[in-house]
Amino acid sequence: MTRRLLLLLLPIGFVGIALFLYQGLGRDPSQRDSALMARDFPAFEASTLRDANRQGDQSLLTGEVTLVNVWGEWCPACKQEMPQLLELADNGIRMVGINYRDTREKGLEFLSEFGDPFEVNVFDPEGSMGFDLGVYGAPETFLVDADGVIRYHHKGYVSPEDVRERILPEVEKWR
Amino acid sequence: MALMRLFAAVLLTLAGSVVAAGIELREFDDPVMEQRYRDHTSSMRCPLCENQAIDDSDAPISGDMRERVYQLLQDGQSDIEIINHMVQRFGEYILYTPRLENRTSLLWGLPIGLVVLGMLVVVLMVRARRNASAKALSAEERARLDALINRERSS
Repeated sequence: MTRRLLLLLLPIGFVGIALFLYQGLGRDPSQRDSALMARDFPAFEASTLRDANRQGDQSLLTGEVTLVNVWGEWCPACKQEMPQLLELADNGIRMVGINYRDTREKGLEFLSEFGDPFEVNVFDPEGSMGFDLGVYGAPETFLVDADGVIRYHHKGYVSPEDVRERILPEVEKWR
Repeated sequence: MALMRLFAAVLLTLAGSVVAAGIELREFDDPVMEQRYRDHTSSMRCPLCENQAIDDSDAPISGDMRERVYQLLQDGQSDIEIINHMVQRFGEYILYTPRLENRTSLLWGLPIGLVVLGMLVVVLMVRARRNASAKALSAEERARLDALINRERSS
């Protein structure tokens, strides 16, 4: 009797492990969370896109819930998500841009062509700020709370549905 | 035939130079440093391309990561410091060999657990079988066996 029970344990164990491994197979590895979630926005010191003499640092991002968008003129999805970002800014959300791996000239051209929802843009031509943020391809969007802690991360293109279903609720949550 | 071979050789050379174009050449004075650089860049996954190590990838982020590994090595940082530096930014995901911690205990523990379980099962089966064969003869059977043996002897 005990022997039969023991033998029954083997297939049960096998099915258990198989199910556990199977649900891992269905996951999309590109939708993983940022390593910086719930951590302070990394310290930086950089000039702004519009004015090479004006310096900004991480204190730009404290005091109010802020959406930080990493973009570049070379990035097609950044152009496509601009209408959504403008809508977010119209909703009274504070937006800060990081002009990532770009030139000043092209970055400014982009803003005059596609609109500028950003209160300020930080210029990051070498991508060093992006590196500290764990950015590996633009666009990426971070929600930073009033204390400068990263609370939400959106990888890639922000669609109108993303704005409604994810970003706006997250902004409300951390306000 | 010879022409084909020449053609193939030219193609191979071209392909080689295209692949090599994205990966920069780095000079090291110290062979140990060079080996450490190779070890790190071959054991970190490119966060963008998913199935390429950063030493094998043309993605801009891989170039940045190689550059950072190189800088940190030049700054005299230890292997653990370099790995922590990268994981802090890009997450556990980039390590081809996940570190042993609570979250990965199942990953590391399961194979060992299964081997131990298997050994236990084998030991139990062997023991059960041994007991079964030792106990096999009942009193009645023993008496018959004795009778048979005695018959052999007496004849």
